[in-house]
Amino acid sequence: MIVLGVACSLALGGCNLFNAVKAADSFVKADNERKPAPEFGLKDADGKTVRLSDYKGKVVLLDFWATWCGPCKIEIPWFIDFERKYKDRGFAVIGVSMDEEGWTVIKPFVTDLAINYRVLQGSDETAQMYGGVDALPTTFLIDRDGKIAATHVGLAGKDDFEDGIKKLVERPSAGLPGRFVPAVLFGAN
Amino acid sequence: MFLPCCSAQTSVLSVGPLEKVSVKRGGALEVKTPILLKPGYHVNSNTPSESYLIPLRLTWEPGPLQSTNVVFPKAHMEKYEFSPTPLSVFTGDFELVTKFKVAADAESGPGMALGKLRYQACNNNSCLPPKTIEIKIPVIVQ
Repeated sequence: MIVLGVACSLALGGCNLFNAVKAADSFVKADNERKPAPEFGLKDADGKTVRLSDYKGKVVLLDFWATWCGPCKIEIPWFIDFERKYKDRGFAVIGVSMDEEGWTVIKPFVTDLAINYRVLQGSDETAQMYGGVDALPTTFLIDRDGKIAATHVGLAGKDDFEDGIKKLVERPSAGLPGRFVPAVLFGAN
Repeated sequence: MFLPCCSAQTSVLSVGPLEKVSVKRGGALEVKTPILLKPGYHVNSNTPSESYLIPLRLTWEPGPLQSTNVVFPKAHMEKYEFSPTPLSVFTGDFELVTKFKVAADAESGPGMALGKLRYQACNNNSCLPPKTIEIKIPVIVQ
């Protein structure tokens, strides 16, 4: 089941987020409906700051997750598979952990699941830039022009993600200006 | 350390009305804490079936009442889309019962029992971050 949209600031309960069910073929938004993905700077396990703009020209699957999140644990092996299959086609997965305990819990988890993509320690600020990220997992597919092509809250189908990735990696960058615009200027969705 | 994500999240769990309690010095009592959980959500029980899951916890600060035990209801084993095996959870409305004792030399008069309830809730396909809420029970020691 595909759930799209981050209207109502991703709040759960009372919001129609989980009722916004759309067919798989509408997972990826039309070009003119996409908004720039907010730029962020987050630390990786080595303490290096990683920015979304480092991935300029790539399709990015940005996954907000946590070690205590059961649905996240289902999706992560899919993302490992996507990283392996599509990394040579200009695709990358970035995992953003929202664990309060930080690397103490993130590192063993990354090792246990043999995560092959970059994992960053999230921040409340970054979550807010992306609409609040009230529920996990929350996943964004970002196109080569740095625009959010799809937003997904909750456990999805692997095929839905993969169809979206295939659609985006097939297309070259439009080369339009306005990549990775500061989040203060634009909404995340 | 950053603030927990999702600080603006809608609460799916709330604590029902709490009764003011009165107890004699040197006495003991049980206090019920009603928990109300939104339909469609669950919280992990106090004994989750998977080590990565965050358990439900109710703790009390030292004060006029000294907690000796917290009794949780019997957990349900529920199967969810995201878990290959059933999980030990609480759903719906339920009660936690705390057993307290009062020291024989406790100061008499009004006071407050301060507790913290920590929980982590999910529905069938997504999870909310762990949250801690404060519980205050007015107490009169006689």
